Amino acid sequence: MAVCIAVIAKENYPLYIRSTPTENELKFHYMVHTSLDVVDEKISAMGKALVDQRELYLGLLYPTEDYKVYGYVTNSKVKFVMVVDSSNTALRDNEIRSMFRKLHNSYTDVMCNPFYNPGDRIQSSGSVSLSRAFDNMVTSMMIQVC
Amino acid sequence: MEAAAAAAAAAAAAAAAAGGGCGSGPPPLLLSEGEQQCYSELFARCAGAAGGGAGSGPPEAARVAPGTATAAAGPVADLFRASQLPAETLHQITELCGAKRVGYFGATQFYIALKLIAAAQSGLPVRRESIKCELPLPRFMMSKNDGEIRFGNPAELHGTKVQIPYLTTEKNSFKRMDDEDKQQETQSPTMSPLASPPSSPPHYQRVPLSHGYSKLRSSAEQIHPAPYEARQPLVQPEGSSSGGPGTKPLRHQASLIRSFSVERELQDNSSYPDEPWRITEEQREYYVNQFRSLQPDPSSFISGSVAKNFFTKSKLSIPELSYIWELSDADCDGALTLPEFCAAFHLIVARKNGYPLPEGLPPTLQPEYLQAAFPKPKWDCQLFDSYSESLPANQQPRDLNRMEKTSVKDMADLPVPTQDVTSDDKQALKSTINEALSKDVSEDPATKSGLLPPPPALPPRPCPSQSEQVSEAELLPQLSRAPSQAAEGSPAKKDVPYSQPPSKPIRRKFRPENQATENQEPSTASSGPASAATMKPHPTVQKQSSKQKKAIQTAIRKNKEANAVLARLNSELQQQLKEVHQERIALENQLEQLRPVTVL
Repeated sequence: MAVCIAVIAKENYPLYIRSTPTENELKFHYMVHTSLDVVDEKISAMGKALVDQRELYLGLLYPTEDYKVYGYVTNSKVKFVMVVDSSNTALRDNEIRSMFRKLHNSYTDVMCNPFYNPGDRIQSSGSVSLSRAFDNMVTSMMIQVC
Repeated sequence: MEAAAAAAAAAAAAAAAAGGGCGSGPPPLLLSEGEQQCYSELFARCAGAAGGGAGSGPPEAARVAPGTATAAAGPVADLFRASQLPAETLHQITELCGAKRVGYFGATQFYIALKLIAAAQSGLPVRRESIKCELPLPRFMMSKNDGEIRFGNPAELHGTKVQIPYLTTEKNSFKRMDDEDKQQETQSPTMSPLASPPSSPPHYQRVPLSHGYSKLRSSAEQIHPAPYEARQPLVQPEGSSSGGPGTKPLRHQASLIRSFSVERELQDNSSYPDEPWRITEEQREYYVNQFRSLQPDPSSFISGSVAKNFFTKSKLSIPELSYIWELSDADCDGALTLPEFCAAFHLIVARKNGYPLPEGLPPTLQPEYLQAAFPKPKWDCQLFDSYSESLPANQQPRDLNRMEKTSVKDMADLPVPTQDVTSDDKQALKSTINEALSKDVSEDPATKSGLLPPPPALPPRPCPSQSEQVSEAELLPQLSRAPSQAAEGSPAKKDVPYSQPPSKPIRRKFRPENQATENQEPSTASSGPASAATMKPHPTVQKQSSKQKKAIQTAIRKNKEANAVLARLNSELQQQLKEVHQERIALENQLEQLRPVTVL
C-alpha cells in the first residue's frame, strides 16, 4: 500500500530506503529528504513527554498532488517515513498507524540481532541478508500498489 | 604367497618397503565392470583429494612414492571409516591389502582394500580368499560437500546418489590435525556408488562420537578455536545431502535418505524429515556444555554480545552469522536461551560443513521441539533451576519479570508441586553438582568473557513457589512467544528487562496483537510439560504461603497494568469503528447520488 518506505537514522542519514520500482526512485528519495524538515519541526513542537505511542506517530507530514507523506519517530530519534499514493483512496489513519507499528517491531527485531551494528545500513542485498525478516515485512507492505 | 600374506597380516607396523610391492604380494584381482568403475572413481577421488592438498597427512602414510598414483591416507582413512566396519577390521584390511607393507595406498592396494571392505560388509571374513568371490560393492556413508562434488554412477543399483554424512570422530586414532580435517571434509569425495544403506549402522558411530566428545569437553578450557575446529567432526550422523532446501537437485533421494535416517536416529520422532537439522544426543550434550561455559545456569539466557563473541570465533561471515541469529532467536529478544543456542550452534556447524542455510528455522530446531525432544537435559535444567536462586542479584529482577509475565496465567496450570517426593534426592544431587559446577566454573576462566559472576557455592533459598514460577517462567518464554497480551504488556512497562534493548516495551506490547491467538495453543500445550518438568526441584514447604501472597500481589499489579493496556486498545478500536462508520455514511451518500443516474 505504500509506495516508498524509508528508515532514517538519528543523524538524518538513511538506513533503509525502498520504493516500488515502477516509479522514478530519485523522486521518492527527494521527497523523503524534504520531509525530514517537517519531521524535525513536529518533533520540536511536541515537547518532552514522548512516552506514549501516540506521539510517536506524527501523522500526515505533507500532502502533494500525487502523494501523501506520513511520518513516525521512535524514542531514539530514528524516523520512519512512508510515502503513500493519493489515489489509493482513503487509507485510514489507523491503517497507517498499524503499518508504522509493524515497521517499528521489525526494526527492533533487527536491532536485537547482536551482529547488527546500530548505524549500519539495513542491507537488503545478497543471498544472506542481514535483515530478511525486515525486508519481507516491508515487501508485504508495498506489494499492493496498483 | 600365503606365508607372506599371513606375515603381512600379522605384522604390526610394516618396515619400510621401498618401491611398489604392487605385483608381488596380493593375488590378481578380478573386478567386475561395475566394481572397476566404482573403484577407479573412488581411487581418483582419494588421489585427487590427496593432490588437492591434504598436505599434512599423518606421517605413517606419508611415504608417497612420487610419480605413482596414490591415495593419501587421509581421505582413504575417512573412506574406510565411512564403511562403518569396526576399527580392527579396518586395520586388518589395511594390512591385508598391502598398504601397510608398502607404506602407501597404490591403486592395487586400494582396490584390494575396497574389495575386502565389501567382503567384510557382506559378512565374509577378511581374508585373501574373499577377494575372489563375487561381492556387492562396498558401502560407504559419506557426506556431500558444497553440493558441487556430486558423483554419478550410472551402474549403481538405484541410480541415485545416496549421500549420507559421515563422521570423522577418530581423532584419537588419527592425528589430531584440525586443519587437515577441515580440508578433508571440504574435499572428501562424496561417495555415491552405493547400494542401499546399511541397515545397522548406528552403534559404531555412537561410540567413537561420544569418545570424541568427551575429549572435546575436557579440552574446553583450551583456546577457543579448538572447540570450533573440533566441532567440524560434528557433521551429524543425520542423513541427507539434501540439507539445502531446493538447492540440491537430487530430491528424489530424499525419501531414501529419510527412511535411512529414521532408522538411524535412535530417539527419533519420525515426524520430521529434515535430517541434517536434527540434533543428536551427543551434539546436544556438547552444545549444552558450551552453553554452560558461557552461562552457568542452563535455564537462563546468553546475552547478545556474549553470543556474538562466541559465534564470531567460528569464522563465518557476519551476514551469515546474523542470518543464523535471525533464524534461531525465535522470540527476538536479543538473547539466546538454551534451545535457541543449540539451534544456532547447530546451524553454524552445519554451515561450516557446507550445508547452505535454510530459509526458515527447520522444525527440528524449533525451541519447542528441542525442549520436548530432549528431556534429559531438561532434567539437568531442573537441577540447575534450584541454582537459579543463587543467581547473582542482577538476574533476579529479570526472573521476577518473567514470573510476572506468566504467573497469573499459569497459576491455574500449575500442578501441585511434586517437590516433596524428590526433595531429598535433589538435595543430595545438588551438593555433588554444586561441586561440579564450581569446578567447571573455575576450569573455564578463559571462556567466560563478559559473563555474569558464577553462582556462590551453596545457594540460599528464597522461596520454592517463587522459584518454581521463576524457573517455569524462564522456560515458558522459550516455548511461547506471547503467552498472553496482558502478561506481555505489564512487565514491559514496569521493569526494564536487563539484557534487552530499551525499546522492547513498545514492541512487546504490540506483539500480542499479532500473535496472541496463534500462540495460545502452542503455549498452553507446551506449558504443560514444561511446568510439570520444572515443578520438582523446590523443596522447602514452609515459606510457601508468604511467597504465595507476594505472588498474588504481583499478579494484582500485573492485572491492573493489563487493564490499562486493554483500555487503550479499546479506545483505539473505538476510534477505528467511528471512522468506519463515517466511511459507510459517505459511501451511502454517494450511492444515493448515483442512483437517479442509473435509473435513466
